[in-house]
Amino acid sequence: MLYRESGQFKSTYAEDQQIFPIRQDRIAMAVLLVFAFVVVPLIGNGYWLSAIITPFLVLALATLGLNILTGYAGQLSLGTAAFMAIGAFMAYNAELRIPGMPIIGSFIIGGLCAAAVGIVFGLPSLRIKGFYLAVATLACQFFVLWTINRVPWFSNNSTSGVITAQKIEILGYDVTTPAGKYLLTLAVVAVMALAAKNLMRSETGRAFMAVRDMDVAASVIGIPMMRTKLLAFAISSFYCGVAGALYAFCYLGTVEPEAFTLDLSFRILFMVIIGGIGSILGSFLGAAFITLFPIFLNRGAEWASHAFAIEIRSATLSNMEFIIFGGLIIFFLIVEPNGLARLWQIAKEKLRLWPFPH
Amino acid sequence: MDFAFLFEVVAGGLLAGVMYSLVALGFVLIYKASGVFNFAQGAMVFFAALTFVSLLERGWNFWLAFLATAVLMVLLGVVIERAVLRPLVNQPPITLFMATIGLTFVLEGLSQLLWGSQPHGLELGIPDVPMEWLSQKWNINISQFDLFAAFVAGLLVAVLAVFFHKTRIGRALRAVADDHQAALAVGIPLQHIWIIVWGVAGFVALVAGMMWGVRNGVQFSLTFVALKALPVLLIGGFESIPGAILGGLIIGATEKLAEVYIGPMVGGGIESWFAYVVALLFLLVRPEGLFGEKHIDRV
Amino acid sequence: MRGSVGEVVLSVQDVSLAFGGVRALQEVSFDVREHEVRAIIGPNGAGKSSMLNVLNGVYHPQQGRIRFKGKEFTDMDSHRAASMGIARTFQNIALFKGMTVLDNIMTGRNLKMHCNFLQQALWLGAAKREELEHRLAAEEIIDFLEIQHIRKTPVGRLPYGLQKRVELGRALAAEPTMLLLDEPMAGMNLEEKQDMCRFILHVNDHYGTTLVLIEHDMGVVMDISDRVVVLDYGRKIADGVPEEIKSNQKVIDAYLGVAH
Repeated sequence: MLYRESGQFKSTYAEDQQIFPIRQDRIAMAVLLVFAFVVVPLIGNGYWLSAIITPFLVLALATLGLNILTGYAGQLSLGTAAFMAIGAFMAYNAELRIPGMPIIGSFIIGGLCAAAVGIVFGLPSLRIKGFYLAVATLACQFFVLWTINRVPWFSNNSTSGVITAQKIEILGYDVTTPAGKYLLTLAVVAVMALAAKNLMRSETGRAFMAVRDMDVAASVIGIPMMRTKLLAFAISSFYCGVAGALYAFCYLGTVEPEAFTLDLSFRILFMVIIGGIGSILGSFLGAAFITLFPIFLNRGAEWASHAFAIEIRSATLSNMEFIIFGGLIIFFLIVEPNGLARLWQIAKEKLRLWPFPH
Repeated sequence: MDFAFLFEVVAGGLLAGVMYSLVALGFVLIYKASGVFNFAQGAMVFFAALTFVSLLERGWNFWLAFLATAVLMVLLGVVIERAVLRPLVNQPPITLFMATIGLTFVLEGLSQLLWGSQPHGLELGIPDVPMEWLSQKWNINISQFDLFAAFVAGLLVAVLAVFFHKTRIGRALRAVADDHQAALAVGIPLQHIWIIVWGVAGFVALVAGMMWGVRNGVQFSLTFVALKALPVLLIGGFESIPGAILGGLIIGATEKLAEVYIGPMVGGGIESWFAYVVALLFLLVRPEGLFGEKHIDRV
Repeated sequence: MRGSVGEVVLSVQDVSLAFGGVRALQEVSFDVREHEVRAIIGPNGAGKSSMLNVLNGVYHPQQGRIRFKGKEFTDMDSHRAASMGIARTFQNIALFKGMTVLDNIMTGRNLKMHCNFLQQALWLGAAKREELEHRLAAEEIIDFLEIQHIRKTPVGRLPYGLQKRVELGRALAAEPTMLLLDEPMAGMNLEEKQDMCRFILHVNDHYGTTLVLIEHDMGVVMDISDRVVVLDYGRKIADGVPEEIKSNQKVIDAYLGVAH
């Protein structure tokens, strides 16, 4: 009833090509954006903004990056956190060493450096495929982290290895409040998400998916293998690099290698899988799920221990978290291997018919 | 050039490599027989070792504890088959891979939930000391324990190789790895096969866990041993048992050599990535590893 | 027959291809004239698909030369073949299963799209215009092949016959000079075959596209081809117009499996 498309005819291909061809979707998106940009900073409390929403956005961006490489282009990568680390450290160094560099510029430099490394570590993908490639990307993860740790230039010769990210200043305004950092992150993520959507529905996106689905056929119809695969690595690493910079500057406040371990790479891979391979929306849904899940679990455990008056030790709780988390992943993969994005699609299709059953 | 020292380093590296191979064997078994890249192998090693050592500490007899743990690993195989593999039959490999990562979390949490998270030491009766006559005669230090581990690994590999190539079940396992549907079509009982495979892999995990447990203690970091085995798989090929051994030897030796000779020049700690880079370079020359099967895309 | 057949546009000389011990092609030579419909026939395993694979660079022959549009090569490179105007359909359908029909056909236009990824990301005027221009071309093919109703369906969900049609659409999208068709009518019923014949003949008639096709249905081959090459066990055993081939004893023997 609410979600009917009737009466909405597309008379040009331009109309058909829109990101949100259904008018209700456009309205919903507009409302969401207004809510996110205007309402949330006003009503959001500091804790939620800085500990939950901002990291969700940052990780969603990283998930987007990995989705471009693994979901769209089919190149499995386990080195996401390493690219984020490069982005963070190079942004830090750009802020430090280039006088008068605006923060966005530093982020871009971080992204570009990550992209450059991404191209180098993407070269093996021209020869190696599948799980072999995935394990090879682990080489990137370990080597990059080791280099950042060992080469003092990265951390500006700091003895403790933990450096504080610089204060962010945009056009003279200090961006230090949770709301400020949230808005900056939101703006960057929104713009990059739009760019990603545009890219994936153009020839680049199609070329990526062709390489993913059947690379022999792709090269037969003229798609250049090397250029396409390396471009996928470059763009994906750029996104992860910017995400890493945001992670350090707008969330953690510090720039340290320990924040970018293999664990993070796996977390982001989970977000891609659970959210939906090859879906921009899925990246956000997956990131939301994985970010919010531990919180729900904790709250649930608290409630359970009050309701049943049992004592749950924190060690037990964290082990239970592991078990439930792992179980949920398996459950998800069994029930809907195409992820939350597919569930969302199904929900929308049901909504179009609502309140009729079929 | 101190040749005695060099020999010691190489020998030590080779033997360390054998330890990697032990873990890699578990991966190969499962991949060979079900096409699944079982990321949970490391967690299985941890689970097996922790169970074994906890039983020992509760006063169980060595062989009883060993048997009980082995049975437990087979039971684990049954549960995994029923709860994870059966519902996911015919899904693409990446889905199964992700499921094994989920499995890793479950096993890690379960292990510590059952047995607690303190580290345990493990003794198998063979001391980790240099062999007397070698060190006295030629000034070369090679650990007795390392040699014992190598012997055990060799024995295990020999048994498994015979099993795969000479028995009916072994043949069935190879058929299943190739094509689930086809194997079903010729009447191979998929479920039984998988239970056998995961059970055997679990047993291999137990042996590997025991060896590594003596070396490093039985603690959470044991799960990371799996990460060390991955470069071995890259070099040896995911489907090859001899490849796992050869790959292990190569990785072990080169890693030790790099650690000792190159490490000090660049500030140490290169063990974290050196094995991977070696494997990567190797792959560029042979994209399927030494003995991996070449995949030919028919168009 | 139809239109005027032109000069030789493709010639293959002494091409041999082996996989380990298996000799797929042995010193095969033939030529193809512009605008003609050239059939390659032969029993299973004769090397027909291998021949097509050599022509567009999927396989690389151990010996022999290929001459296309006046340029000579010892082997083709798949990218070069595509950019020189050779398009292809496959025996076992090589569509991109994760994409819709429309997207699959659009991938056929990739060599004609020149905007770089930055322009696409920003969806500037040039990128948007290019996308719409090629969308129009793709839609013309969709109209021609009568698949409008499934244009947004992921190809993985389509029945076999429709997938084959979509694959033809993708090949046509490249506006090829030469189209290699590997058993385009395999697995189709009579109605579908007639439709497919109609499409490929229209392409040959109106656009003058040279067709090289592998086909098992003798009725179709005799009906629509200008000339026929017959392969058996990797060797060429006959080459000529359909009437000659029909009555050629060697061809009859090969198909009936007479020992030699």
